[in-house]
Amino acid sequence: MYVYKCISIYSPPSPSLSSLSDHHNRRLPCVPLSESNPVVHLRQTRKRRGSFVVSLSATMSACKDQDPRIHGIKTKIRVVPNFPKPGIMFQDITTLLLDPKAFKDTIDLFVERYKGKNISVVAGIEARGFIFGPPIALAIGAKFVPLRKPRKLPGEVISEEYILEYGRDCLEMHVGAVEPGDRALVVDDLIATGGTLCAAMNLLERVGAEVVECACVIELPDLKGRDRLNGKPLYILVEYH
Amino acid sequence: MASEDAQDHRIARISSAIRVIPDFPKPGIMFQDITTLLLDPQAFKDTIDLFVERYKGKNISVVAGIEARGFIFGPPIALAIGAKFVPMRKPNKLPGAVISQEYALEYGTDKIEMHVGAVQAGERALVIDDLIATGGTLCAAINLLERVEVDVVECACVIELPELKGRDRLGDKPLFVLVSAA
Repeated sequence: MYVYKCISIYSPPSPSLSSLSDHHNRRLPCVPLSESNPVVHLRQTRKRRGSFVVSLSATMSACKDQDPRIHGIKTKIRVVPNFPKPGIMFQDITTLLLDPKAFKDTIDLFVERYKGKNISVVAGIEARGFIFGPPIALAIGAKFVPLRKPRKLPGEVISEEYILEYGRDCLEMHVGAVEPGDRALVVDDLIATGGTLCAAMNLLERVGAEVVECACVIELPDLKGRDRLNGKPLYILVEYH
Repeated sequence: MASEDAQDHRIARISSAIRVIPDFPKPGIMFQDITTLLLDPQAFKDTIDLFVERYKGKNISVVAGIEARGFIFGPPIALAIGAKFVPMRKPNKLPGAVISQEYALEYGTDKIEMHVGAVQAGERALVIDDLIATGGTLCAAINLLERVEVDVVECACVIELPELKGRDRLGDKPLFVLVSAA
């Protein structure tokens, strides 16, 4: 599958950003879509420091096929530099939640995809997965299962350890929450390296559930998390490079 | 609006869907586990509906939810009533500039934080959490909002532990709960 990406013209609003390297300069690409909804590929050239100028290499007509709600969602996500540590451009979804229409559109896009697909479980990863998962679960009539950091869940749990940059962490799920044969989605706000999503999928598969898809608002494709999902499909709304 | 019979039926289902776990997180505590409620789509929907029916059309522009279980109940309510959702978080989780409110624990203190600029003076807000015990966390959340001149209309929780008198700690702020756990 060849996916085109649409890249919007952007110049940084604050002078401090011009000192960042290319890699950290903000570009907000449009949502990569399936083959049935191709978007235009734009080649970008850097004309002057701190801004990009874009030239069209194909017609813009395909862009109209992209869901118009995506743009509103994308522009509501705030990027906070150097959080939690220097060099990280943190994707802050709290500003999206301050816009009722954009938040509703976010949920609607997921619900439209998953309604009527016999999904019985929406598993959300603590804590921002708790914000997006439950509204999706409610709308599609599925159970919501919180996947939590250690020692938060009060009942008997199963645990899955996963690797961090330095050290390990652990994700837990209540025994009995999910049954063999359940068809599940895993929801989080963002996929980076894919380590947490991978642990989440493992938890569900260990109890005999079928993970149908992982769904995130944001993907950081440079971190190749998608490759870490053992072939499980990933559906996202917004990419950030 | 639902008749009283329908209301009672919904409450009964919600109440029976909550699991009590003894001695968690420490001996003597009967922990009210709402995760089992979330496994019953009808009961979860009823929970949200009961809050939405109360708050829709009341010009509430902010639903503030307390990490982490307030994140489960707050957003569906916010979406249904057309309000913004504002997460109130443990320290060092929110990436932008924050205001903090410290509060007392049984031993020591804790802190919750809210993003600067999330709410504006004059907005009408709800504070949501799964449960009110002593009321310390809810109180801190109310303080955060009132410090930026937000009008906290009501606190709303699924469960109240009345013996811990959290309601009294909220002072003049009304509290609405679905289930009272003796």
